[in-house]
Amino acid sequence: MGKSIIEKIWERHLVHQEDGKPDLLYIDLHLVHEVTSPQAFSGLRVKNRKVRRPDRTFATMDHNIPTDNRNVINDKVALNQMTTLEKNCRDFEVPLAGIDSPDQGIVHVIGPELGLTQPGMTIVCGDSHTSTHGAFGSLAFGIGTSEVEHVLATQTLWRTKPKTLKIDIKGERQKGVSAKDIILYILANYGFDFGTGYVIEYSGEAIREMTMEERMTICNMSIEGGARAGLISPDETTFSYLENRKYAPKDEAFNTAVEDWRALASDEDAAYDRVISIDTNDVAPMVSWGTNPAMTSKVHESIPKLADCETEIDKKSLERALTYMGLQEGQKIEDIEIQHVFIGSCTNSRLEDLRQAADIVKGRQVHPNVRALVVPGSQQVKWQAEQEGIDLIFKEAGFQWRESGCSMCLSMNNDIVPSGEHCASTSNRNFEGRQGSGARTHLVSPTMAAAAAIHGHIVDARKLMAAETVQ
Amino acid sequence: MSGFKTLMAKAIAFDRANVDTDQIIPKQFLKRIEKTGFGKFLFNDWRYQADGNLNPDFELNKEENQQAAILIANENFGCGSSREHAPWALMDYGFKVIIAPTFADIFHQNCLKNGLLPIALPKDQVRYLLDSAKVQPYQLTIDLAEEKVTDNKGFSTEFTIDQYWKSMLVNGWDEIEITMQLDDKITEYEYAIR
Ligand code: SF4
Repeated sequence: MGKSIIEKIWERHLVHQEDGKPDLLYIDLHLVHEVTSPQAFSGLRVKNRKVRRPDRTFATMDHNIPTDNRNVINDKVALNQMTTLEKNCRDFEVPLAGIDSPDQGIVHVIGPELGLTQPGMTIVCGDSHTSTHGAFGSLAFGIGTSEVEHVLATQTLWRTKPKTLKIDIKGERQKGVSAKDIILYILANYGFDFGTGYVIEYSGEAIREMTMEERMTICNMSIEGGARAGLISPDETTFSYLENRKYAPKDEAFNTAVEDWRALASDEDAAYDRVISIDTNDVAPMVSWGTNPAMTSKVHESIPKLADCETEIDKKSLERALTYMGLQEGQKIEDIEIQHVFIGSCTNSRLEDLRQAADIVKGRQVHPNVRALVVPGSQQVKWQAEQEGIDLIFKEAGFQWRESGCSMCLSMNNDIVPSGEHCASTSNRNFEGRQGSGARTHLVSPTMAAAAAIHGHIVDARKLMAAETVQ
Repeated sequence: MSGFKTLMAKAIAFDRANVDTDQIIPKQFLKRIEKTGFGKFLFNDWRYQADGNLNPDFELNKEENQQAAILIANENFGCGSSREHAPWALMDYGFKVIIAPTFADIFHQNCLKNGLLPIALPKDQVRYLLDSAKVQPYQLTIDLAEEKVTDNKGFSTEFTIDQYWKSMLVNGWDEIEITMQLDDKITEYEYAIR
């Protein structure tokens, strides 16, 4: 029987196996940011330990970095966290894309962009959305701070072999349906924990036709279904994305690498613990209306009714969510009014996302009741967008154009949604308080966020698309 | 980290599902660079009112629920962000054991790394425990060596825990220390993939 890419990567990284213990896996790439690393570095200092492989470690600051004026950081505690990272990187010789670096950005945006992320690698970071890197055919997962310290000290992790789940994404996408809609659709149908204990492999014709940016959006939200990692077998799309990236192999070494990467793809007859199949024909633009990403419906639908809940727990959760969100059961999704729009986060802040949103915004104006923000995922994305004039489209429409960072995805900096107000957001989590205490988040695609900014309420973005793109 | 063998303590009901780590410790408290002192921010947005006073309706604020070391919750506890600040906050507040039908992966692991014991029990048993703990005083005894949970009313059940983690917890071992004993093997691996 053949093997899946998950098994192949696992076998390649085994350092030690022993009965009654998890496997000891080698970690190829360790990404570090300011929020989950300080306690790990102090742990090393206390025990007088070194970073084993600074050359396999790469740091940036993204979570609490300001996105308006970078020269003024008023938040003393946040500033301390950033200077602590700078000092740690200096002392332990870890490369850092700091606040002034042209390479700075959200850790999951810059890894791929710089070619640090490569097929077949094991990649970890003290952040649950590390699953994003799986788009390249790497086994990438989030870890806690104790494990950050463990990887810094040993370049390895103890791991029990996960179960495997294949999600086959079939059929042709309708026009105006994005990768974000597909992953939200999966969550809406299978719930927030169907992936717990599994590594997901996304496959199928719809995946093969996706760009790398779209694949990253899909893999990014694997964790919202409970799966620590989600990945996609590499193919020509992957290889051509990586060619000539800063840290990717060059020339002959690149060709050799591609041969090796090609062999990693899952075999036709590989077995999985569970297989799910999705028909993309059924996917429409999606909108979350509740307080976890599975509480999501199609844009033309209505919020579920309490009477339709199957279990008592479901009913209670729905009641809680509706109270928090200030919404009514049975209310039409398109009637939800929006006061804030956030286009950004490691889910949807790459050049392609900004282009798609700009296509909707072009020649239109942000609704007077709406504050709208575009926060590019990295300084490189920002720069490229400015070369294309995308920033002007947004600015002329009334959007704020910011520096790169996590920003309103988790609102650790000053970008906060006030209590009780609604935000159409291209990020990945709509938990209570995620975008600010009492903030009400609606997860959507970049085009849907752009359309909501123009109309001041949720609206099917396809209505705003040029006739020829919708057919 | 000191070893964990048995614990007899007050257990309280936290009858909520999908409690995410953003709720356990909201992001505004993640800027500290220490591991300690997070307890006062545990469940901040639920625990305090907008004026900074304690919310009297919140489970943890109830008079009869003070001084508890065991938290009983519903399914998918600890979902969302990977922040290890969540177990740090729970422990700093005083919890040593969390019981729920299911836990999110990363949170589960983060608990084990810090000596906070996550115990998964079948739904109906958790339901019984939740209902029992709504009437205080309610005490549970957790015997990690025997893998048993018993209450003061005659209920007793066994739980399972990965044997590797069990020995780490019981002995209070430092995982990095153990891995470093395999230094030769790591070097050998690095040599092979060069
Ligand atoms: S953008 Fe949001 S989800 Fe992504 S790393 Fe930053 S905070 Fe986490």
